[in-house]
Amino acid sequence: MSSAAPLIKERDGFADAFGTAIGGAFVARKDHVGELTITVTRDGLVEAARTLRDRFGYQQLMEIAGVDYPERPERFEVVYHFLSVTENHRVRLKVSTDEETPVPSLTGLWPVAGWLEREVFDMYGVIFSGNPDLRRILTDYGFEGHPQRKDFPLTGHVELRYSEAEKRVVYEPVQLPQDFRTFDFLMPWEGPEYVLPGDEKAAQAPGAPSPAPAPASPPPAAKAPPPTPKTTDTPAKTGAGEPANTEAKKKSPAAPKPPKADKAPKAAAKPRAPKKPAAPKKGQE
Amino acid sequence: MTTTVDLMVGAPTGDKPTAGDETVSNYTINFGPQHPAAHGVLRLIMELDGEIVERIDPHVGLLHRGTEKLIEYKTYAQALPYFDRLDYCSPMCMEHSYVLAVEKLMGLEVPLRAQYIRVLMAELTRISNHMLNLGSHIMDVGAMTPNLWLFEVREDTLQLYEAVSGARMHANYFRVGGVHQDIPPKVLDQIATFLDKFPKIFEDAISLVADNRIFKQRNVDIGTVSKEDALAWGFSGPMIRAAGIPWDLRRSQPYEVYDRMEFDIPTGTKGDCYDRFMVRVEEVRQSARIMRQCLKDMPEGPIGSLDRKVFPPKRAEMKTSMEALIHHFKLYTEGYHVPAGEVYVATESPKGEFGVYLVADGTNKPYRCKIRPTAFSHLQAMDFMMKGHMLADTTAVLSAIDVVFGECDR
Repeated sequence: MSSAAPLIKERDGFADAFGTAIGGAFVARKDHVGELTITVTRDGLVEAARTLRDRFGYQQLMEIAGVDYPERPERFEVVYHFLSVTENHRVRLKVSTDEETPVPSLTGLWPVAGWLEREVFDMYGVIFSGNPDLRRILTDYGFEGHPQRKDFPLTGHVELRYSEAEKRVVYEPVQLPQDFRTFDFLMPWEGPEYVLPGDEKAAQAPGAPSPAPAPASPPPAAKAPPPTPKTTDTPAKTGAGEPANTEAKKKSPAAPKPPKADKAPKAAAKPRAPKKPAAPKKGQE
Repeated sequence: MTTTVDLMVGAPTGDKPTAGDETVSNYTINFGPQHPAAHGVLRLIMELDGEIVERIDPHVGLLHRGTEKLIEYKTYAQALPYFDRLDYCSPMCMEHSYVLAVEKLMGLEVPLRAQYIRVLMAELTRISNHMLNLGSHIMDVGAMTPNLWLFEVREDTLQLYEAVSGARMHANYFRVGGVHQDIPPKVLDQIATFLDKFPKIFEDAISLVADNRIFKQRNVDIGTVSKEDALAWGFSGPMIRAAGIPWDLRRSQPYEVYDRMEFDIPTGTKGDCYDRFMVRVEEVRQSARIMRQCLKDMPEGPIGSLDRKVFPPKRAEMKTSMEALIHHFKLYTEGYHVPAGEVYVATESPKGEFGVYLVADGTNKPYRCKIRPTAFSHLQAMDFMMKGHMLADTTAVLSAIDVVFGECDR
């Protein structure tokens, strides 16, 4: 048994040398599962990348990825992956930004950055200053919004169909015949922040003492009922429409009538009337 | 941009053009999105000067399905089948990067037999992919027969796929911690038979074109890329090797049991379409060599991680063991939790470096899963590769890139 992941040797002393080389642009450094991540300032990005390429031999820019953390003041992270084919090493640079602040483009150093930045712009709305061709790339012509943002719904906002009347493809707002279903399956006593329906008391009484110290329960006021409960509280939310029972009862004589209170036991005790005998089969006669 | 072609002979007759003068302006044509030589849905806006390509603007994204967004809403196990649908010509190699990324974050160990099986299947996938690409490349530049022969080989590989995983294309076979099913000895026999049989038909097909004059005229010196350009444009796989850089992730950053395998890395000398073609041809031979070594050295043993909290129990075990049943239920509803962190794992897919940048937040779903497609950077370089070439060379360059839009557009 052994690990199957790609073997990449650590580059001794590289992180320190690089940190001093870029000076003030250096923000943070992280080593995790053998991968080196260095956070740099936005303004120092181009110089840091140039230093990586020219002084440390990272010839290839393999990937630019955006990540969205809506709770941060600067919500977007732009992550650059560099590869050195001579040193056989990978390194990751990170900058953070928000919706308005542009990130300097790396197109001057690597032409491949053009499309990679276009993709991040398309998916997250991060602006790259200096990219000569910052158009959308993956989404539809005339698309609005930035789909990879965490606040963009998975279903999107528009759907399109071919209209037989107009003889063309038409765009319409998304209409969901039933609630969009997301199952999180996290264990209710470990993960989610919402209160399970019927479990509202759980927040007030921490329950029996357990060997492990129970987590400090937040004040009950904080545990407000969730804005969108996971169950269908009202019939309107099932998506089934109006119940047909009342109408059906009127029309169909065969429908079982609700037994009256006084007659009910008697009716139940009464043996059922024998069914009309089936037409005797000739062979049995 | 307009070009004036001066065809005048003799003394000029003032400003007025005489008969025979022509003003030729550049012509913009639209290639695709539905075109048999586009290998999928690609739209190229081409600016032509006569028959010479001046500029190409590829429009991609016509097959964008939001895979990365969908993965954020799925558990780690549920996200796996999406990878088959990226590069549908080499599905298992797509799964490979993803399972390695998750395993790296979890620090999970994989039994040796599973690693051998993965290498075996990844190389089978490479053969399968190259059969399709080489065949269609030949057909795009005008030859018919080799494509039909190579498709026959591809059909054999797909049947092996089916025998191993149950599916011809969307295998969903690699799992975090191992593979889904063991390969029975009979199927290993079939693979060995295939390895003995296919080189003949493959070499026959290639012999028809490799030294063929017309094939060379269509490919040699077309779309030449230098070493410096290949590095700057983020090339990988056969594209960078054809440019003369012996860079192969299986050798330089070995994953699984590639460090135990003996194989050669073919490189090109000129970086043109012919080199790319021949690099792939040699890769097929090397893949077969790796597969033979896998068959020879594959040990017995489990095919999945022994960590019961990650790798589901066998179906037979669930019939008798309550514990196994509970594990199965938990793994297929809640799934496993991946510790918070981020990881970028790239493998050598048949088309180049296929990477997965995975950000985990400690829950059972990926926080972000960025897929690094190979075709994205190659296609971007199309503009400079095509500059000054004839319109008819577009198909050769496009085939030599080996682009599949399921992967490019995601």
